[in-house]
Amino acid sequence: MTTQHIEVTVNGTTHAADVEPRQLLAFFLREQLRLTGVHVGCDTTSCGVCTVLLDGVPIKSCTALAVQADGREIRTVEGLEQNGTLHPIQAAFMEEHGLQCGFCTPGMMMASVALLESNPNPSEEEIRWALSGNLCRCTGYMNIVKSVRRAAENIREENAVPVGAGEGR
Amino acid sequence: MATEIAHGGIGASVKRKEDPRFIRGKGTYIDDVVLPGMLYMKILRSPHAHAKILSINADAASVLPGVVAVVTGELMAAHNLAWMPTMSGDTQAVLATDKVRFQGQEVAAVIASDPYLAQDAVDLIEVEYEPLQAVVDPHKANDPGVPVIRDDKEGQTDNHIYHWEAGDKAATDAAFAQADKVVSLTTHYPRCHPAPLETCGCVADVNPATKHTTIYMTSQAPHAIRTVFALVTGLPEQEIRIISPDIGGGFGNKVPVYPGYVVATAASLLLGKPVKWIEDRSENLISTGFARDYHMSGELALKDDGTMLGLRVRLISDNGAFFADAQPSKFKAGLFHIVTGSYDMPAAHIIADGAYTNKAPGGVAYRCSFRVTEASYLIERLVQSAAYELEIDPVELRRKNFVRKDQFPYLSCTGWVYDSGDYHGAMDLAIEKLGYEELRREQAEKRARGEFMGIGVASFTEVVGAGHGKDYDIMGLRMFDSAELRVHPTGKAILKLGVKSQGQGHETTFAQIVEEELGIPFSDVEVREGDTDNTPYGLGTYASRSTPVAGAATAMVARKLRAKAQELAAHLLETRPEDLEFERGKFFVKGSREHFKTIQDCAFAAYTNLPDDMEPGLEGVTYYDPPNMTYPFGTYMVVVDIDRGTGEVKVRRMVAVDDCGVRINPMVVEGQIHGGLCEGYGIAFTQLITFDEAGNCLGSNFMDYLLPTAWETPNFEVYETVTPSPHHPLGAKGVGESPTVGSPAAYVNAVIDAVAHLGVRNIEMPVTSDKVWAALRAAGVDA
Repeated sequence: MTTQHIEVTVNGTTHAADVEPRQLLAFFLREQLRLTGVHVGCDTTSCGVCTVLLDGVPIKSCTALAVQADGREIRTVEGLEQNGTLHPIQAAFMEEHGLQCGFCTPGMMMASVALLESNPNPSEEEIRWALSGNLCRCTGYMNIVKSVRRAAENIREENAVPVGAGEGR
Repeated sequence: MATEIAHGGIGASVKRKEDPRFIRGKGTYIDDVVLPGMLYMKILRSPHAHAKILSINADAASVLPGVVAVVTGELMAAHNLAWMPTMSGDTQAVLATDKVRFQGQEVAAVIASDPYLAQDAVDLIEVEYEPLQAVVDPHKANDPGVPVIRDDKEGQTDNHIYHWEAGDKAATDAAFAQADKVVSLTTHYPRCHPAPLETCGCVADVNPATKHTTIYMTSQAPHAIRTVFALVTGLPEQEIRIISPDIGGGFGNKVPVYPGYVVATAASLLLGKPVKWIEDRSENLISTGFARDYHMSGELALKDDGTMLGLRVRLISDNGAFFADAQPSKFKAGLFHIVTGSYDMPAAHIIADGAYTNKAPGGVAYRCSFRVTEASYLIERLVQSAAYELEIDPVELRRKNFVRKDQFPYLSCTGWVYDSGDYHGAMDLAIEKLGYEELRREQAEKRARGEFMGIGVASFTEVVGAGHGKDYDIMGLRMFDSAELRVHPTGKAILKLGVKSQGQGHETTFAQIVEEELGIPFSDVEVREGDTDNTPYGLGTYASRSTPVAGAATAMVARKLRAKAQELAAHLLETRPEDLEFERGKFFVKGSREHFKTIQDCAFAAYTNLPDDMEPGLEGVTYYDPPNMTYPFGTYMVVVDIDRGTGEVKVRRMVAVDDCGVRINPMVVEGQIHGGLCEGYGIAFTQLITFDEAGNCLGSNFMDYLLPTAWETPNFEVYETVTPSPHHPLGAKGVGESPTVGSPAAYVNAVIDAVAHLGVRNIEMPVTSDKVWAALRAAGVDA
């Protein structure tokens, strides 16, 4: 089988690899980079447990090809925590009991991050719509919605700190 | 409601200990398990529902570079592994040898160095089939001329599986003879699938030298599975180790043994290398444990004043090609005879028959304690119909017939002993929280304007927490469960359980039980599950049994250790054990509160400074066989608005009052209730596995099998009453399934309530817009 050379930046690190053109992005992230927080649940772009951000946009990595990520930037759940500090969405999911079995959680959080980066103050309806491509079988979504609202509040509060007041932040 | 409590014991909504790994993407689910030299297996499945296998040609597949082996039924048969036992005493093909009996049945498997190559090779296997007539309608499965699906079974001349009865026919006939009114309902609880987001899978690793077998497996019941594996394969049980890693949801789907597990293990044994098998979503939906598929006819006998006299049920279960229901062996229709529900029913009689059809086997207890969901649905729909026929408010009819608080423990006419309950209390709270009377007024006004609004009610009673072991067993294994607790010299503890969490939060709540009983902070208690070598034997997590059974075992083992710690404290304080009193981790000298020893002091002493005649260590194990089942209950109320033109149903409100006895972690309990109400919504409105007349599965992926998303799922208003179980050491009853058991009837009753005045009494689940639209048009309502 022929391979194709790709260079993909994942969570800030650029990886060069030779991959089969048919290799799925989810497989590349899981098996080659061992980023196993990327889960696979349905193979048909329906459940969203494989959601990653491609140049900031949430995509289902189970139906994208690795070669499509060539020269582009990917963020996964493993890139959320920075220098030992949880991303506000991670902290909020834990605080609001937004997860149970944890299988949908990485994809759910990545879709939420994309939402909050484009809309820092989403309504419940906007949250539910933004997450409607991500299934959860455990939580009934209520605490996920709460988690996203709480993360939004925490991010807004953090950003409201006047310049200079947060020395060293 | 979640409340702040200063300790981490019972009643504290502490944050979950499992979350830090999950929010970082650092859980270890089955597909994350990688072993050196591991091979990958893919399965070839039947495209036909019913066909003879004439030949299998794997030549092209075998020579594809990267392919290590092709396994067929013939090869499995040579090792006496072509068939395996099911949990209902039947047999199931591992790989088909003679014919295929459902679409998606396992026919052959390829083992290769890479999963893509394995799939390529699967596509190269040529199978010649001779299609046979598919049997898809269980009502016609035994008509003359219909082919016998299970011609492999000696003496099987038709497609009938079992006949089972419960209750008292004569008493029920006598009750019906006294009736002023008999109300009937015929309904199908359709086939659906638990569909956890993680599919099933395993990594089988048979050591080529020692033949010791380690199988990593998505199993809700690893110990029972190990025993089954020992029996099926003939391998010595002590040389088999099952490890269930983190499980991405189970809901009953991950209880049975599936052919893929057996083939992967056989392949690893033959090849001497680890073999990984992970289902894709279609394989999961078309071949592994489905749920429900009960065709039920109920008749309820009443007096004109609404007093219930008797209940008759006739049901046909569609069990698919192999009778593989995961249920206690004495009960062919699970615990369906809880069908008299929350009502003081003088007499009942149930007749059930099972039919083989050319569909996937399963019959798993999908968020349900063995067919309790079907039972609850039938009685709650039937009571709602009776209310319309008698022109009595559905709430009043229920209230009039509820088992009263002073009747507990209550012996039901089908033989159950309900442990405790306050059905009126739960109903009253739901009415208050919903604002029932006001909504009835609104409904009347809307009805006058030609608008459709409905209020649905369901007051369920569940039966969970199996055993006791005398009456409840899985393949002969009594349904007890176990807990092993060791407190180390530094006062930190490890608790090992025979059950296995799939998201229920065991690592947190079971640690909280230890804190409650021993006073060791829950954060100092490590909970271990899922590894058969390193946990005590247990029957597993399903049927809401973890808290009722393993939770009780945990409390009991902690109490054993507390008694020993009290002796150690007495030794340290130079007093007698009976002169001490225990409170939250401290043994005080009675009447002298300044003199005490902590549980940590006692733990240290257990290894360093103990009486000469005492066995060292602070460790114990308890096997708990519950004296009775537990009976959670509640009232759910739903308000819907229906679009007159399109039939679209919008759920406006869902008020859920649950009574699961004492709540260990209210946050976790509420989370489970939310999840179950959502799955109930899915069952009522969207989730359907159905088949065309050729037996093709029409719900084989998430584009056809619709799970509710955040968009359509309603908000839930959840409340509690607390009626402790009198026989559980903590008073807890279990909750994971109540909302899935109780809510479908509440949702559907709400839809029916909106159109009941037009004479509509039934719309089958899933209640989709087109069915409501058709019901409106049939009733003469113009768009």
